[in-house]
Parts: sequence; structure tokens; C-alpha cells
Amino acid sequence: MREENQDRELSLQGMRDFAELIKTLDSTNKTTLKVAALTHYFKNAEDKDKVWTIAILSHRRPPRPVNTTLMREWASELANIPLWLFEESYHIVGDLAETIALVIPPAEEPTEKSLNQFLQEIIDLKAKSEADKKEYLHQNWLSLNYYERFVFTKLITGSFRIGVSQKLMTRALSKATDIDEDILAYKMMGNWKPEKTTFNKLILEENEEDYLSKPYPFYLAYAIDGKVEELGDVAEWSAEHKWDGIRSQVIVRNDELFVWSRGEELVTDKYPEFEEFVGKILNGTVIDGEILPFPKGKIGTFKDLQTRIGRKSISKKLLEKTPVILKAYDVLEWEGEDIRTKPFEERRKILEKLYAEVSSEETPLHLSERISFKNWAEVAEERERAREEKSEGLMLKRLDSPYLVGRKKGDWWKWKVDPLTVDAVLTYAMRGHGRRSNLFTDYTFGLWDDERKELVTFAKAYSGLTDAEFRKLDAWIKKNTIERFGPVRSVTPHHVFEIAFEGIAESKRHKSGVATRFPRMVRWRTDKNIHEANTLGELRDLIPD
Amino acid sequence: MKPPLLAFNKKGIYCEAADVYLDPWKPVDKAIITHGHADHSRWGNKKYITHHSNVPIIKHRLGEIEVSGKEWNETFTINGVKFSLHPAGHIIGSSQIRVEYKGEVWVFTGDYKDENDGVAVPYEPVKCNTFITECTFGLPAFKWQPQAEVFTEINNWWQQNKEDGRTSVIFGYSLGKAQRLLKYLDTSIGEIYTHGAIENMTEVVRPLSEMPETTRITRDTKKDEFKGNIVVAPPSAHGSPWIKKMVPYVTASASGWMTFRGARRRRAIDRGFVLSDHCDWQGLLKSIKATGAERVICTHGYTDIFSRYLREIGYDARTEETQYEGEMGEEESKSEVEKEN
Repeated sequence: MREENQDRELSLQGMRDFAELIKTLDSTNKTTLKVAALTHYFKNAEDKDKVWTIAILSHRRPPRPVNTTLMREWASELANIPLWLFEESYHIVGDLAETIALVIPPAEEPTEKSLNQFLQEIIDLKAKSEADKKEYLHQNWLSLNYYERFVFTKLITGSFRIGVSQKLMTRALSKATDIDEDILAYKMMGNWKPEKTTFNKLILEENEEDYLSKPYPFYLAYAIDGKVEELGDVAEWSAEHKWDGIRSQVIVRNDELFVWSRGEELVTDKYPEFEEFVGKILNGTVIDGEILPFPKGKIGTFKDLQTRIGRKSISKKLLEKTPVILKAYDVLEWEGEDIRTKPFEERRKILEKLYAEVSSEETPLHLSERISFKNWAEVAEERERAREEKSEGLMLKRLDSPYLVGRKKGDWWKWKVDPLTVDAVLTYAMRGHGRRSNLFTDYTFGLWDDERKELVTFAKAYSGLTDAEFRKLDAWIKKNTIERFGPVRSVTPHHVFEIAFEGIAESKRHKSGVATRFPRMVRWRTDKNIHEANTLGELRDLIPD
Repeated sequence: MKPPLLAFNKKGIYCEAADVYLDPWKPVDKAIITHGHADHSRWGNKKYITHHSNVPIIKHRLGEIEVSGKEWNETFTINGVKFSLHPAGHIIGSSQIRVEYKGEVWVFTGDYKDENDGVAVPYEPVKCNTFITECTFGLPAFKWQPQAEVFTEINNWWQQNKEDGRTSVIFGYSLGKAQRLLKYLDTSIGEIYTHGAIENMTEVVRPLSEMPETTRITRDTKKDEFKGNIVVAPPSAHGSPWIKKMVPYVTASASGWMTFRGARRRRAIDRGFVLSDHCDWQGLLKSIKATGAERVICTHGYTDIFSRYLREIGYDARTEETQYEGEMGEEESKSEVEKEN
């Protein structure tokens, strides 16, 4: 940042300034500094670059024009190193764009091209021949300096993970434009294309017709941290199960259907089941709910849903095997009117009325039922039943709460069931990625077979320890390696960890016969020796019927 | 078959013909020491031999030991084996050890860098048959900028922090990196304050290299003295209560590991400067070439990867396990720092 910024106070342009912005965002953990850097950029950058910056930070990058295998080959060629050495370096650096930026020699004549020019070129690149693509990349890699080369490559390969949430960007944009944050959040949602819009149209102008597909920003709940009784009078609260699917908004407007996932992705095409809502649900309706798998007429597991998520085209066979339903829990728009400020209780009444009118055996619309209770103890009892219901716990919503924007404390809480845990033995370790690239932080854990003779791998985990614990374990791993398999090391079975996970199901793909969901380390059981770890049989006992 | 001139055993790198160890990690009778970092000069040997400028350093670290100092290029013979020390450019007093016996020459680098940092006597390539090299940064991802550029960045950073009304706190290990920082910090910007562990070591090496005036931070140092000035501290002072006195402060680290974006974030440091006392990728390759060695043994760092690459380009290269830790090992133990808190 330093003095360059003061010299170019009036107009920021070019890749250099964008790279400088990303560098600043990436090099501080302080929110205020991030917001200040972004605000400065939004005040001073060229309009076209601003639109692209908003797009990139809200994960709207152009489709990937080159596959990463080719990029690896071309980069290693340019760096004059064998491909295996590039791959090893990538493994240690942990990020492809960063590796490419590091191994290629510094630029001789840095370029002055703008951000939007680069992006237009990247969009156009997709249709070019492989030889042209290679030439384009080689030329640009050589004309950018380290950090710009990193940013350029990131634009091609994937999203930026630099700790800038949409919310933080919106705050900066609001400071730069004096437009209210909630309005901006609304404007930036939906299916706009950065190359087809302008800063004026996207941010500054009022534009009615754009709003047809637009969802509302999701209201997100915090996890309850104290005792549930501290929420006060139980009569002021509503409770329902917390469903384990995809949080979505389903919009019916102008005889069209739009399905948005929480990542603000338009996923209408992936769920053709919902097409029948058009005509059944009145125009001008927005429902907030959870997409759940519903094989054989029952709520399935998240694993079932995963068979639907990744697919570009949905076959008839898959639709029959794993249909989905929408478990509805809120209405945000009714008869074309934004009703988010109405109390939850009122919105629920509208939802229940809507549901009664629409529902039939086949309609994939279900209601997320409210739980009846007299006191907190009864609520807690229901929470204990979560696994039976195939839910993750409970959602508690204040009856008089409006539907807010983003994650706000106070009105909505999630109260998850306690995770399942087992004690397992560390058996393999691998270097971490990104910020942990020079430590062994990705671990594989084993449980005893039923004869307690052999350790069988059952899960991988890489979170849950403190940095100090990771360092300590890393040092131990380096001294207690038995064998190396590329980046993976087998280690002497010695350390026992308590592993927690959210869900468990049978799996044919796993050697252990069991798949766990979101396994992580909760405690380093230095008090236990490996013979005190659990067995696979004990793990299988946790699978719900 | 005759035993190799230098072999790797449980205690260190052993020369059987002379019954001497090089940088042993377990106590032995006679040890030749490359430099003063804790992973290379360990406690408990009966007799130490090292370059004379390293003598005060290891005495400071290890207390009363029996040690004899040698000159650069001075040959000393043990049981018919000829030994000599040659500059390694890593830190003040760091040497490579040349071992010659019956016409065969081996060189052990300890740690080294090929850039002249103006503090340590610059690295000199030594011709040999077998070269035992470190490869802490033996990956093509490591590429150092000339130090003048890095110091411009560091001084600009200090200047900016001063303008923002903050104290700059920069971390570097107390032997080597700290003195290199001291030497090139621009004292026209402000004053340099040092953590006790760094001041102690700097006092030891001041007679060997010119360095600007520094102020040791003690219990009596007033909080308001720091503003706009720079504090040089060992990495382990980060996150300790000691640093609270410097609020409002900004932190930076100067290390080869700062090449990785992730390394700085993992340590929760505001700014990372890539500044290393080891060779980068090209530096290693050039140095190896300059020795004319046909056989290369890689000790610590990315040994497997680096030796595989060397084999591919025609060297007879392999890896040996040691207990040297490279740039990690140079960071002080917590206890050394806590004494200062």
C-alpha cells in the first residue's frame, strides 16, 4: 500500500491495484482494515473494475477456461522444472495459483492492463484452441509480477479465500456509495453477469425488472452458547427440527420458478420436482426452507442428497431413486409483498395456510412442523429425538421476530444435538493445505477390528486442535514416521484422539463399512493408550436403525 | 569395502578415521561445530572445535565448555585426517567443514547461503568429491529477492507504521536474523529497541560486526517510549504477555517461510518479509555445481524431493536423516524468552 496509494488517489486501475487490494485483504486479520481497503478501492477504482471486484468477491467468476492439469503442465514447462517437481511443490504450497506464481521467474516488462480487460480475455479464452490458451497463459504469466500473477491465476482457477465475506464487502460498498447495506445485499443477489452490467445498473440505479428472480438475503442463526433456559419465557418461542439438507429459497413470480441455495446460487434446474409449484403456488411467493432427499417416501441422509448436488443433468432414474422435497419453514414474500418485517408467528400462519391449499400426497412441499411444548425441559426432550427425526437438532425462533439479514444474534438460535464421539488412534498423517502447508495436520484415524488385533481406518480429520497442539504433533510425526507414501506418512500407533462427528451411516465404499459426516478432533486423549481406543463394532452400534 | 569417510549414525555425522563428530546431536568426546544455532551446537560434548568467531557465541549459549577456535582455511590434522573450516555465509561465525583423507575430499555445509549479507563472512564454494548439503528451502517455490529490496520494504513498513502512530514489532531469531535486521534498519526513522534475548546475543557478536545502537527493553522501559519506533524480538515473543507493552503495535516476521501466504497467517502475523539465511532453490543448485562434487548427500529440509531432482540432473544424490531443523530450529525455545517476561 504505502506511498503508491497516495500518488494514485484519484483513479485506481489495472491489475496492479486489484492485486494490491487482494494483498491487503489477505495480509490482515483485522476487519476494520479490510473494510477500509475495500472502501478505498470502491471509491477510486474504475467502474468496470468495481463491478468485477464485486463479482469476484461474491464468487461469480467466469467459467474456468483451462483445466488445471494443463495449467500444471504449462507452468512447469515455463518454470523449466519437471512436472513431478511442480506437483511436489504444489503439494507443499497447497494452492495451485500460489505455486504457479512462485515457480515462474519474475516479469521483465510488467503489464498495465486493467482488471476488466483481463477478465474479458479470460472469458474469451474458453473458446480458443489449446495452443492459443497455452500461449496466452505463458505470455501473461511472464508479464506479471509475483502477486499479480497469483491473482491472475486465481481468477482462472477458482475462488479467492481471503476472509472477505459478502457481508464485509457490502459494508465497504455501503461506505463508498452511501447506500444502505440491506439494499445493497439485495441488489447483489441473483443471476447478474459482470460483463453485461455496469456499476450504475447493478449498484446505483433502481431497476424493477431485475428483481424478478431475486431472492432475499438469508437470515442465519447462531448456535446457542449458554443454557437454553437463558432465552427466557418459553411461551415467546417456537421450535422446530433443524433439517440437514440444503437451505433454499423457492420463488414463484410471473409464472416462473427460481430456486436459490444459501450460497446464493441459482439451482432451479437441479430440482425439476419443484416445477409443479408454478400454478399451484400463487405468483409473488417466496418460501424459505430446506431441500431434503426423500427416497422411498422417507427423509434420507445427507449422503443421499449428495447424489443430487453434484450433477449437472438429472436423469430420470436418479429422480426416481432420490427425489427431493422442500421442507418449508418461512414465507418472505406473499402476494407480491415483502413480509419479512411481520412477526414470525404471522408469517407462519400464512405458510400453514399456503401449505394446506397446495399440499397433496405427491406435491414435494412439506411443512417443517412446529413442536408443541410447555416448558424448556420438553424442548430439550425433543432435541434428544433429533437423530430419529433425521434432523441435526432444533431451531428456536422468537415468535415476534422479523426475518433479518445475515447472521444476527438474538431471535433465531440453532440448538444442535451433541455430536457422536469415539476414541481413535492416529495412523497416517499428511501435510496440510494453505495456511498449514508446512505442518502435518491432515490425519487419518483407525479403530480396532472386533478382535482388537488390527487398526482399521475409519475417518480423516484435520480440524479441532490448537495451533500449539498441531505443532507438537507435527514434530512427533516427523520423528515417528514408519513409511512414506508420497505426501502421506504412516506413523507409529501411539496417540489417541476423541473424534466427533455429526452423522453416521453404513457405506460400502469405506473399508470400515461406515461413513461419518464432518469428523473432527475434539480432544487429544493423552490420558489414554491405544488399547483403550474404540472398536469398529462399537462405532457401528451408533448407526441409527 | 572401506567405510565412508563420513557416516551418519545415531549420534551425528561421524568420521571414523579421526574419531570425530561433526555437529553431533548426542554428546560425544570430540565435536567440530559449524555454527552456533541450537540444533547444530548442542550441549554435552567433551571438546568443541569451531571457528574462533563462533567461540564466544557457543560459550554464551552453552556456558563453560572446552573449545578451541580455528582460522578460515587453517588445516588441522586428527589421526591423519585433514580438517579445515570455510565460510558458510549463514550467520556470524558459520563454517563449512572440509574433510580430506587419502586424497578424498568431503565438505559438510551445516547451514549456508550464497548471498553476501554483509554480516557473516560470505560463503565460498569448496571443491570436493562428496558434498553434504542442507536443503531447508530445496523447492523451486523458494526464490529470494536481493536483500536490499527486502530492507527497503521493511524500512517503508516501519515508516508507515510510524506515520500511523504504531510501534513496529519485527520477529527474527536472536542469533543471525536479528543482527542482520539491526544492521540494515534505517535509524533515521526512529529508535531500535531489542528484546533481552536478542540484546544478549547481539552484545556477544558486536565486536565482530558493526551495528547501530539499540536499547534493551527491561521492566523499567516506559510504555510511551515505543511509539513510532521498532522492536526486534524473537519469534516466540509473539503472543506472550511481554509484547502487550507495545500496544498499539503491528507485527512482522522476517523468514524464508514467509514465502508462503499461509505461513504468515498461521502465525497470525500482520506482515511477512521473505528474508532467509539459507540458500533458495537456485542458490542450492549453483552452490552444488560450484563444488564440482559428483556425490551429494542432503541432510535437512525437503531432502527427498531435492535429492530426487539432483539424481535426475545427473548427480549421485541421496538423503540422510539428521536432527537438524533448518530455519525452525533457529527459533528460540520458549523458556529462553520467558526469562525476559
